[in-house]
Amino acid sequence: MSMVPSVEVPPGQRQSRTRSLIALLTPGVLWLGLFFVLPLLIVVVYSFATNGPTGGVVWKFSLDAYRVLWGKDLFYNAYIRSLVIGVQSTVICALIGYPLALHMVLAPPARRNVLLFLILIPFWTNFLVRTYAWMLLLSNNGLINSLLVTLGFAKQLLYPSEGAVLVGLVYGNLPFMVLPLYASLARFDFTLMEAGSDLGATVVQRFLRIMLPLTAPGLVAGSVLVFIPTVGQFVVSDLLGGAKVDMLGNLLQRLFTKSNPPNWPLGSALALVFMALLTVMVVIYFRTTTEEDR
Amino acid sequence: MTKASAVVLDSVTKRFGNVTAVDAISVDIRDGEFFSMLGPSGCGKTTTLRMIAGFEFPTSGVISLGGIHVERIPAHQRNVNTVFQSYALFPHLSVNENIAFGLQMQKVNKSDITTRVAEALAMVQLTGYGERRPKQLSGGQQQRVALARALVNHPKVLLLDEPLGALDLKLRKEMQIELKRLQQEVGITFIYVTHDQEEALTMSDRIAVMHAGKMLQIGSPTEIYERPASRYVADFIGEANFLDGHVTAVDGNYTFVTLANGISLPGIAQQAVAAAQAVTIAIRPEKLRLTVQPTDQMQCLPATVERVLYIGSDTRLTVLLDNGAHLDVWEQNNRSTLDRDAYWQKGERGHVWWNPDNALILPA
Repeated sequence: MSMVPSVEVPPGQRQSRTRSLIALLTPGVLWLGLFFVLPLLIVVVYSFATNGPTGGVVWKFSLDAYRVLWGKDLFYNAYIRSLVIGVQSTVICALIGYPLALHMVLAPPARRNVLLFLILIPFWTNFLVRTYAWMLLLSNNGLINSLLVTLGFAKQLLYPSEGAVLVGLVYGNLPFMVLPLYASLARFDFTLMEAGSDLGATVVQRFLRIMLPLTAPGLVAGSVLVFIPTVGQFVVSDLLGGAKVDMLGNLLQRLFTKSNPPNWPLGSALALVFMALLTVMVVIYFRTTTEEDR
Repeated sequence: MTKASAVVLDSVTKRFGNVTAVDAISVDIRDGEFFSMLGPSGCGKTTTLRMIAGFEFPTSGVISLGGIHVERIPAHQRNVNTVFQSYALFPHLSVNENIAFGLQMQKVNKSDITTRVAEALAMVQLTGYGERRPKQLSGGQQQRVALARALVNHPKVLLLDEPLGALDLKLRKEMQIELKRLQQEVGITFIYVTHDQEEALTMSDRIAVMHAGKMLQIGSPTEIYERPASRYVADFIGEANFLDGHVTAVDGNYTFVTLANGISLPGIAQQAVAAAQAVTIAIRPEKLRLTVQPTDQMQCLPATVERVLYIGSDTRLTVLLDNGAHLDVWEQNNRSTLDRDAYWQKGERGHVWWNPDNALILPA
């Protein structure tokens, strides 16, 4: 609730202010218009068009795509699986990321910087390469299985599997959870925890009633940053799921490029419905979590 | 009046690495007492307070609260509450919720909580502010909320860590009186940490002057000020003139000290002294008199006014004794305002003298 002082501005000055505002906003508006709004509109238009016999788009209005979407379990399952894996990886990232961020904030400055650095290092290697690395680690004769055998256990089928997908997703997205949490925790006044203790709160009560609500903005930001890319991705589920774990992204990729014939209207509808779903979910999430800590 | 002990420290020591923050402190704080720990930063006063609160555990020694050993019991299980220097109010909770926090932790029932929170708000004169967030309050109001949040739990002991440090001077003086009033009203033992001697003198029943992890002297404000036991305390509390010499004779109540220039002055030894021991005579500047005419007392020394500082209620003079020592003399401006000759001028000659009862002989 910032108070904007109402200051009378002389007309000439106001004009030049408007002009500079236009100059400042034009590049951004152009960029967003060309590369975000326009493609989105094209997708909307496609979703209401008819699929051609060889895969092209026939410009005839049709609700076929949405009808198919509504009727088939395949799509329903992909939605659910994407959401479930998205929620799972977000929760796991939060469970690993929160203690990690807390540890970093409490560490002496020198160590804190080293830890931050270590978190950022993986970004310097291509994500695809790192996912391949996980394939090697989890494969039948990979490092983990060799270790199990050495220790006298039986080999486990770790890859390809839904679990492997989850591991890959958590691995790839963890920094996006840790960094906002770190920022939140760095601003947190730890004297408040002493005050809580002084007033009779146990460690758990202090965490739930003081630290968690006050660092919720970081948790919300981290969750959104992890959840959104996770539900839409297809690379990790393709590679570590061995093309058996169909998430939404895999389905989309197939509909647009691999299926015979490709079905662009259906793909568009699939993407739009999911987008609407996500928007609603994220809005609800933001509402419920940020209302609390103002 | 001998009262029961609220807090007893028995040779409590706290070391951080190889730094000794608190060095074998023993003190008995009585029930209902306003007890201050006064000292410069790094003297160990805050660490001592934090050990009583339970935020730190002593390296060695015993802390008892109401007769029960607590030195290994964590803060949330001790019946003491703290008012933090930064207030440490929960920013995401309203004033009411802040005050209710401790009661909720104790699982007090809802209707009792409502009543007690309202009472606590009334006690700190903030009725009607319960729905606000701490951020919407001034520093002084936040301070009161912090007090209410602590006192609502009816602790055995209230610990206050420089709670007035962030307030401006006028508000600070008001809060000093307010705090004292509250303490007498609720009858709870207050342990107050401050580096501000005026604050400590104004509010306390007893003061512990701390330095380098030790309590140098524990006593009432008048004892601490009028009868400091050491040169450090005399110097730290208020101001004092020091004249160094050695003991030459003891005659009745008075001990005679001979200064380097051969002058012998009487004073009252604050502890047993041996002949020829190196000592210092400490005299508060307001106990010195400067007059044109000499008196017949032996501690009457001719001097020249060297500096005059007029501060309204007082005039603060620095005089140079004929024997070369400087003394500060504070005179109250209690003469006629029409008398233009009432005030000393630089370069004027006079005689400095004092009542020998006010000359304190302390170990050098």
